[in-house]
Amino acid sequence: MNYIVGAFKPPCKITISFSDARTRKQASIKKENGQMMMVPLFQSQENIAGEVSIEPVLGKKVEHNGVKIELLGQIELYFDRGNFYDFTSLVRELDVPSEIYEKKTYPFEFSTVEMPYESYNGINVRLRYILRVTVSRNFVNNIVEQQVFWVRNYTPPPTINNSIKMEVGIEDCLHIEFEYNKSKYHLKDVIIGKIYFLLVRIKIKNMELEVRRRESTGSGPNTYVETETLAKYELMDGAPVRGESIPVRLFLSPYELTPTYRNINNKFSVKYYLNLVLVDEEDRRYFKQQEITVYRLMENS
Amino acid sequence: MIDAGAEDEEKWLAEGIAGIQHNAFFMHRALDSNNLKDALKFSAQMLSELRTSRLSPHKYYELYMRAFDELRKVEMFFKEETKRGCSVIDLYELVQHAGNILPRLYLLCTVGSVYIKSKEAPSKDVLKDLVEMCRGIQHPVRGLFLRSYLSQISRDQLLEIGLQDEGDAENVNDAVEFVLQNFTEMNKLWVRMQHQGPAREREKREKERSELRDLVGKNLHVLSQIDGVDLDMYKDIVLPRVLEQIVNCKDELAQYYLMDCIIQVFPDEYHLQTLETLLGACPQLQPTVDIKTVLSQLMDRLSNYAASSPEVLPEFLQVEAFAKLSNAIGKVIEANADMPVVGAITLYVSLLTFTLRVHPDRLDYVDQVLGACVRKLSGKAKLEDSRATKQIVALLSAPLEKYNDIVTALNLSNYPRVMDHLDNATNKVMAVVIIQSIMKNATCISTSDKVEALFELIKGLIKDVDGSAEDELDEEDFKEEQNSVARLIHMLYNDDPEEMLQIICTVRKHILLGGPKRLPFTVPSLAFSALKLVRRLQGQDGDVASEEEPATPKKIFQILHQIIEALSSVPSPELALRLYLQCAEAANDCDLEPVAYEFFTQAFILYEEEVADSKAQVTAIHLIIGTLQRMNIFGVENRDTLTHKATGYSAKLLKKPDQCRAVYACSHLFWVEDQDGIKDGERVLLCLKRALRIANAAQQMANVTRGSSGPVTLFVEILNKYLYFFEKGNPQITTAAIQGLIELITTEMQSENATTDPAADAFFASTLRYIQLQKEKGGTIGEKYEPIKV
Repeated sequence: MNYIVGAFKPPCKITISFSDARTRKQASIKKENGQMMMVPLFQSQENIAGEVSIEPVLGKKVEHNGVKIELLGQIELYFDRGNFYDFTSLVRELDVPSEIYEKKTYPFEFSTVEMPYESYNGINVRLRYILRVTVSRNFVNNIVEQQVFWVRNYTPPPTINNSIKMEVGIEDCLHIEFEYNKSKYHLKDVIIGKIYFLLVRIKIKNMELEVRRRESTGSGPNTYVETETLAKYELMDGAPVRGESIPVRLFLSPYELTPTYRNINNKFSVKYYLNLVLVDEEDRRYFKQQEITVYRLMENS
Repeated sequence: MIDAGAEDEEKWLAEGIAGIQHNAFFMHRALDSNNLKDALKFSAQMLSELRTSRLSPHKYYELYMRAFDELRKVEMFFKEETKRGCSVIDLYELVQHAGNILPRLYLLCTVGSVYIKSKEAPSKDVLKDLVEMCRGIQHPVRGLFLRSYLSQISRDQLLEIGLQDEGDAENVNDAVEFVLQNFTEMNKLWVRMQHQGPAREREKREKERSELRDLVGKNLHVLSQIDGVDLDMYKDIVLPRVLEQIVNCKDELAQYYLMDCIIQVFPDEYHLQTLETLLGACPQLQPTVDIKTVLSQLMDRLSNYAASSPEVLPEFLQVEAFAKLSNAIGKVIEANADMPVVGAITLYVSLLTFTLRVHPDRLDYVDQVLGACVRKLSGKAKLEDSRATKQIVALLSAPLEKYNDIVTALNLSNYPRVMDHLDNATNKVMAVVIIQSIMKNATCISTSDKVEALFELIKGLIKDVDGSAEDELDEEDFKEEQNSVARLIHMLYNDDPEEMLQIICTVRKHILLGGPKRLPFTVPSLAFSALKLVRRLQGQDGDVASEEEPATPKKIFQILHQIIEALSSVPSPELALRLYLQCAEAANDCDLEPVAYEFFTQAFILYEEEVADSKAQVTAIHLIIGTLQRMNIFGVENRDTLTHKATGYSAKLLKKPDQCRAVYACSHLFWVEDQDGIKDGERVLLCLKRALRIANAAQQMANVTRGSSGPVTLFVEILNKYLYFFEKGNPQITTAAIQGLIELITTEMQSENATTDPAADAFFASTLRYIQLQKEKGGTIGEKYEPIKV
């Protein structure tokens, strides 16, 4: 399907295709240059099978020391760009050293591949899965061809999913009690809740709920934390009085969330927070942040 | 500053409108091309203009109306969108993705309305969700408009619910619940406006708030329009809930307006059946609430209702409307001790109006109201407040107008006590009103008790009230007032002489307190009223009159004597004299010689002692002579005394012509044309001769003083008297005497220094012509006149 062509003119054309390419779901991915791209979508424990075809440029032969295909799970930290850390690496030998005169096709299969982490394109980190075909040669560079595929893992609804309920305030100034119906939300979930005003002595202008993503990468002194506000959702307009209860209903579907990733291979984490912000008439902001867990709901459940 | 503010506001409004138009343009394009995503985007942007805080409610309303029109189109679009297969549930979610709450909620309400119509979900759930989500707008003005939008778009559906599910109480319940909740929230927002912002802008805020009040009140209107809201539901759910909110909001403006709203919006029969609940809320309102107006409105409505159809009256009785209202008013007045008197009285006026309309037969109710009013006024001095006074006048006039019969009002024991609280001037006005009412309806007051009560009422007119004597009153007004009192006295009448006597006694008691200025007006009325009674008694003389009967003419004459005496001491001697003479004549007809004599005596005494003015004397003496002439009961002795006196006085008048005329008039005293009248021709002649002498003297005096003798009028007059007695057959009057007189006059007229008076000449000529005519008639008369030569 996708032909990835090397920078220099290779002596042959390598194509990687999946055996179930027609029926397989695809994910729409934003490339680094901002363009959208469709890539095949897999999940953990799936068989990844297909064919590699090598077609020498017309009239040329390809001499090689062997052909292999690798399935790699890689993490790339952008402060160390180009340096991939492979957390998964599977290899299949496709051919013994020989010469290829005409198009040759090799079937391959990785069965029940363990892919614990989801593909992720973050601000400072990305996690990807690739199939890499290497044609090893003497004296000259190996011929390498890569195929990206996407991994998403689904989880069943959590058995325990408590609500988040908390009373916060500034003494003699503002006391509120808020409640979100769950602590774990799936990606298309709705946050239902309410904010109850126990004491209001400041002139509030409005109140909003933010969904924030915090991506932390690296460890120790090299820790980078990036926080993005994905959603700003106004909950209330005007100044409430004591005893008012303001409803919350936030649909998560419009926002591009990923599941929560905790300490992926000791390299990075992605966490989500609900930030409740009250703004007073002098534009001072009073806020309270609560972490929520986001998960990808198994589609059939 | 203010102008600048207004200018800015205009600018902001213009900007807002421009913003709406701009986004509406793109929205229309999206709608036309069925681009849902863009439609939502631009409609949300358009609605964002409504997020402004800079406009006053009035201007905000303009902006809102623009957006409202556009939203109609969005609603149509949503409707079509659902027809094209987009599920309304998805739409309902989709609009909630908007980040700003105000546009989001407007769109949500709009989709909500489509949702309800689609019947894909129970309308109850959708409505509940909408009304709940709207809590997100806590800004009063924006919240009010949003919720008013919600109530507007849901209205049709709500009304439909009421219609469709006639039997389905549950749906109606839900609809009502929804409106109530929206109402409650709106009211809260509305009240909150009062407490936000600086204190110095309080007035402005109040003004703004009253501009917004209809938004809140509209909810009540919707409630009243939902068909399923029957009396039971109103009683059990709607009213208690609404009242709870009204009481709890503790806001003057809201409480007043909403109470009024309830009263105006819901049907009268509901009010009637829930009177207790409604009234129960009144004392719980803020003390500053103008509760009197509220209650007045309520009572007005109820009384109109009662007036509209008589068949509802039993309902009023059944629910004891009066007792409840009266009770409530009592409580309200008690609770607001510092309520101005005028307020309290206004309330009583309303209650009274209500009572009169609803329970016209229950005089005790009316009295209760007045009694309560008296209690309120007691302990206070007379009212100074002109408005309060006006209200009291209204209070007092109401029963008069209703019953058209003062007699009814007289049964109200508290009526005069209320009047006591009026200042003197108003008191008088009120008294005049009462009298006019009596006059207009020709009410006859027929018992002395009532008369007593009546005079108690109008005592402001009857006597000087403390301190008012000095007030210089307008003469005209005073006369007017007293004349009405005089007229009033004639309205007091009873067929039973005894009762009538009582009435007269009562009236006497009162009017004798009236003082010198009033007596001349009132006494004659009373005197004639008494005389009328005398005549009546005289008329039924033949009837069985028991010995002890107090109502004898004699007794009445005694009373008359007293009252006239009072008049003579005023002094108003001429009037008294006339009355004495009237009495004497009446006594004459009753055959009471001593009484008549006594009256004459009094008349003469008055003449002697009090009548000094010569002109008055002339009049008086003529009156005396005339009356005396008609008397026929006197014995010879009494008569002689009186005639002698009369003649004597006649001759002592100051001016000669007056003397002359009085004397010739006296001649009639001796010649009464009755079957058994006195016919003393000799003394007649004596009188006439004396008159001639006086006329002669007068002529001579005129000659001496003015150089010319006066006209011959007197002589001609005497000639006429001669002729009269001649015709009546007085033997002492001879043709010769007449002849002599004629010649005398002729000579006088021809004498040189006679002044010619055409009137006198004509008079004489006529007299002569008369003689001539009599002569020509022939027969006995002609014969009699024959010897006279003209």
